[in-house]
Amino acid sequence: MAAEVIPAKIRVASRRRRIFLENFEAYLFLAPALILIGLFQVVPGIAAFVMSLTRWGVIYERWAWFENYAAILDPSGARFGEFVNALGVTVWYVLLTVPIEMAIALIVAFVLYQGTRGRGAYRVVYFMPYITSVVAAATIFEWMFDANFGFLNYVIGLVGVGSQAWLREPRGIFQMIGSAFGAGLPDSFAGPSLSLVAVSIFTIWHFIGFQTVIFLAGLTNISRELYEAARIDGARERQILRRITLPLLSPTLFFVGIIATVGAMRSFSQIYVLTNGGPLDTTRTVPLLIFHTFFERTAVNGIGLGAAMSFIFVLIIIAITLFQFRVLGRRVFYD
Amino acid sequence: MTRTSAVPTSRSRPLNLGKIGPSLAKHALLILGAAVAAFPFYWMITTSFKEFGEAAKSPPVLWPTSWHLENWVEAWQYPHTLWANAFANTIFIATMTTLGELTTSVLAGYAFARMRFRGRGVLFALLLATLFIPTEATIIPNFVLMSRRYLGWYDTYTAQIVPFLVSIFSIFLLRQFFLGLPQELHDAARIDGAGHLRFLWSIGLPLVRPALVTVSLLTFLNAWNAFLWPLIITSRPEIRPIQVMLVQFTTEGGSRYHLLMAGAAFVILPTLVVYLIAQRYFIEGIARTGIRG
Repeated sequence: MAAEVIPAKIRVASRRRRIFLENFEAYLFLAPALILIGLFQVVPGIAAFVMSLTRWGVIYERWAWFENYAAILDPSGARFGEFVNALGVTVWYVLLTVPIEMAIALIVAFVLYQGTRGRGAYRVVYFMPYITSVVAAATIFEWMFDANFGFLNYVIGLVGVGSQAWLREPRGIFQMIGSAFGAGLPDSFAGPSLSLVAVSIFTIWHFIGFQTVIFLAGLTNISRELYEAARIDGARERQILRRITLPLLSPTLFFVGIIATVGAMRSFSQIYVLTNGGPLDTTRTVPLLIFHTFFERTAVNGIGLGAAMSFIFVLIIIAITLFQFRVLGRRVFYD
Repeated sequence: MTRTSAVPTSRSRPLNLGKIGPSLAKHALLILGAAVAAFPFYWMITTSFKEFGEAAKSPPVLWPTSWHLENWVEAWQYPHTLWANAFANTIFIATMTTLGELTTSVLAGYAFARMRFRGRGVLFALLLATLFIPTEATIIPNFVLMSRRYLGWYDTYTAQIVPFLVSIFSIFLLRQFFLGLPQELHDAARIDGAGHLRFLWSIGLPLVRPALVTVSLLTFLNAWNAFLWPLIITSRPEIRPIQVMLVQFTTEGGSRYHLLMAGAAFVILPTLVVYLIAQRYFIEGIARTGIRG
């Protein structure tokens, strides 16, 4: 009734006013988060590209267009070699960590999911490495990998393998295994260095718990009725695993695969603390190379080159992620 | 990863792989795995109490013959290390970061879940997209941004706190929880004349307390473990956090591993204790959001 008394013009104005106030209040709630994200993530993200187009060491020198990119991607230049080496190391690092992490985590999650006694306690222990600081945990592993008194040399000694230099060993593992059996392999088939393998062992130890927890959550999401129905229809356990569990878990597998790959490519702290890219650059992944370029060569265009490298690297990561989406994504089953 | 539900309570076996291997083998496998996961911690603690000669003995001594508590004192008072200072710094930085991030993500999470405004969908999608801006690309510009020419925050606490006062993961997690509150509650509060802020403070927050605990713990943990950014953005030892201090300590300590392990224990033990007390919040939080530290 009262509404009819108020002239239409005022009604519209008050409605507009109310909507404006509602919007205003909402943006007020969002402002702190949006300003911070803009200032420290969006603007720097754009700035990274701009910086990669300059010569910039200790101070800004000049605009350089694509000179830095050309310097990195020119096969005859000095930068090309180190960048390609770093990419190769990064690929090995991904291959040495992601599949093994996922396989072990999947088995552990399967076993835990079956209503094992003390599941909670196991879960707590498996997850422990993940919450530990990478720097401190790497310090422990440095000690366990010690060439003279390390615990790992003792363990492999028990099965008759001689002491290794682990983190200080630049030789490729294929070459080392080959020479143990009297077969000399050429350098191009040397494989990743033992040092990189040691770093990978640490990485696997550190991240297994994370993946186990995610897989466990994924398994818990699968409806129990499906299993019961399959069993009533006389399906065997192996068939249930193949036809029900794995397809329904595939979104989780896919998610973990992508996160783990990107995470491994971007790893920095553990490599920095364990080897800092050595010995002989055999553990220098791209993030380490960017860091070294940026800090050790600040005087000679470190910022420009570092920014260009990080931009190329980002494009490579995006390309690999898209590739994973295209090739693996099709095999993912969404319910 | 938002569809996660709690761990099932019933003992029924939805996937009976157990028939492939008997229960004993299963437990043997799990115990072996747990031993591998836990051994480095054991090795850290026992080494830290060994005598120098015993720490570097071959074959290794699994249980110290005598316990040298003074190793911890020696590590704590090692020349050029400012452990007490570093701890104070880390606790200060982590506390401020946690309080700030909690505030920004509660407000933003609530707005995305419960307020109607123009551009909500677009803004939320944009927020998602920023997750793809990687640290490698932003770290150099951020470093430049901190320099005297722009913000002038190089070598300050501010530089170690302010960039971390927001987390998209926390916003998501809280939004999820606010969406879970019944609409009737909201309507009732509005009829009684409560505005958004009032509703949030006296009804919303108490109801999403588990999410607040999870966000606080994970934020605090991340701040406690922060390494790369403080390493490059600080140079004065007095304002550096424990992780950077630990690296400096290990560099100076050389191969005196009994002391290095004491240093690692300083850094690890507080988080381990908190984790063991509140492990449920950590694990559920990770399972819900898929945060990879």
